[in-house]
Amino acid sequence: MDFLHGVWLWFADGSHWQGSDGIPTRLGEHVHLSFEAVLIGAVIALPIGVTLGHYGRFGNLAISVSNVGRAIPSYGLLVIAFTLLGFGDGPIVLALTALAIPPMVTNSYVALSEVDPDIKEAARGMGYRELAQLLRIELPLAVPLIMAGLRTSAIQVVATATVAALVAGGGLGRYIVDGFAQFDYTKLFAGALLVAALALATEVLLSGLQRVLVPRGIRLLTATASRRATAFKTA
Amino acid sequence: MPSGLFLDAEPWVDWSWVSTHIPTILGYLGQHVEFTVISLAGGIIISLPLGVAAYRRPGLRLPLLGAFGTFYTIPSLAFFALMIPYTGISDLTALIPLTLYNVLILLRNVIVGLDEVPADVLDAADGMGYRPFARLLRIELPLAMPAMLAGLRVATVSTIGIITIAAVIALGGLGELIYEGFIESFRTPLVVGMVLCVALALVADVVLAGVKRLAVPWSRSG
Repeated sequence: MDFLHGVWLWFADGSHWQGSDGIPTRLGEHVHLSFEAVLIGAVIALPIGVTLGHYGRFGNLAISVSNVGRAIPSYGLLVIAFTLLGFGDGPIVLALTALAIPPMVTNSYVALSEVDPDIKEAARGMGYRELAQLLRIELPLAVPLIMAGLRTSAIQVVATATVAALVAGGGLGRYIVDGFAQFDYTKLFAGALLVAALALATEVLLSGLQRVLVPRGIRLLTATASRRATAFKTA
Repeated sequence: MPSGLFLDAEPWVDWSWVSTHIPTILGYLGQHVEFTVISLAGGIIISLPLGVAAYRRPGLRLPLLGAFGTFYTIPSLAFFALMIPYTGISDLTALIPLTLYNVLILLRNVIVGLDEVPADVLDAADGMGYRPFARLLRIELPLAMPAMLAGLRVATVSTIGIITIAAVIALGGLGELIYEGFIESFRTPLVVGMVLCVALALVADVVLAGVKRLAVPWSRSG
């Protein structure tokens, strides 16, 4: 109980809420790094997954590539980016982006390739051109799985951004890495609580976003969609 | 910039370092395998009864998947750190979070596997006079095996990657080589650690695919 009381006092200490090592700054760094990586990852991954899924080609290749990618430890990837490119946010964002891409490619590929062929045929029969069919029929049906992929990516990026503190990055992982190095277990524990809270908040926020983005008529299908989604923990 | 991609001549692997450090490397590899095996065994022991319970009583699904889903969402470095005040720098600090992560993946697949057993098969088993426990043991669980083994493969590959992070707080495993490569700006241990980690994941995946072929020869896919 004494230990947890100490952690409580750490949070109550006003000096931990200001300055370059304060909680708002570290939280901002963490969110910023993660947001950039997921955004860049989405811009790269979603068009690839959607195109491959729409045409139903090279799917096995895309899935194999991301399966092999899963076996590469995220921690090693961060250290390699650091070894090659040195200090700074750039190498960290690069490594995080590389981790963000595979779940989004596989999920958007599966989402598009599993659109019911009868529905596509009906759309064609109604006179939809290919692009209109993709944008107005296939994509809305694919939203639940695409969002599941985005969520998996975002959670893993937030988790890996914690490890980035080791390679001289900012973010909430600093408290864990520094607390460990200084044998300051109060700081370590407080940092871990903040990281866990951020990860859970990301999950809740993106689930909410998914609920808003999924058209009402498709919501009934999402129960099965979440089962087919490929979640994978890398960090 | 301390080092450029093409500018410096440092080789990626210094074989003389490798040859003099084989016992160290094998030690970390052994520890990595140990963490993987124990956390998977723990995951199976916990998820199997819970999965059967959730299959029988659908009301348990949401609370169970919710609780383990919450653990699963906690980043590993944070979870290890949360253990330290209680378990210190010991194997348990790594093993407890890793086991809880595996429970979620395995639990989900036990439930999916059992759900997918066709109702006709269950009717036939009942008609043949199987009691509920015998039916579970000899009909339902064997038929759920493909899904459970698929979950085991995912859990294995995932665990092998996550364990590397345990080295950030000195818990051992192949991540120690990656850490050493980082701290000493020396590429060889980094490369050795990464390559062994990926190789271990691939070997484990192939072995489990083989196990699946032997254990459930009737399932053709995957």
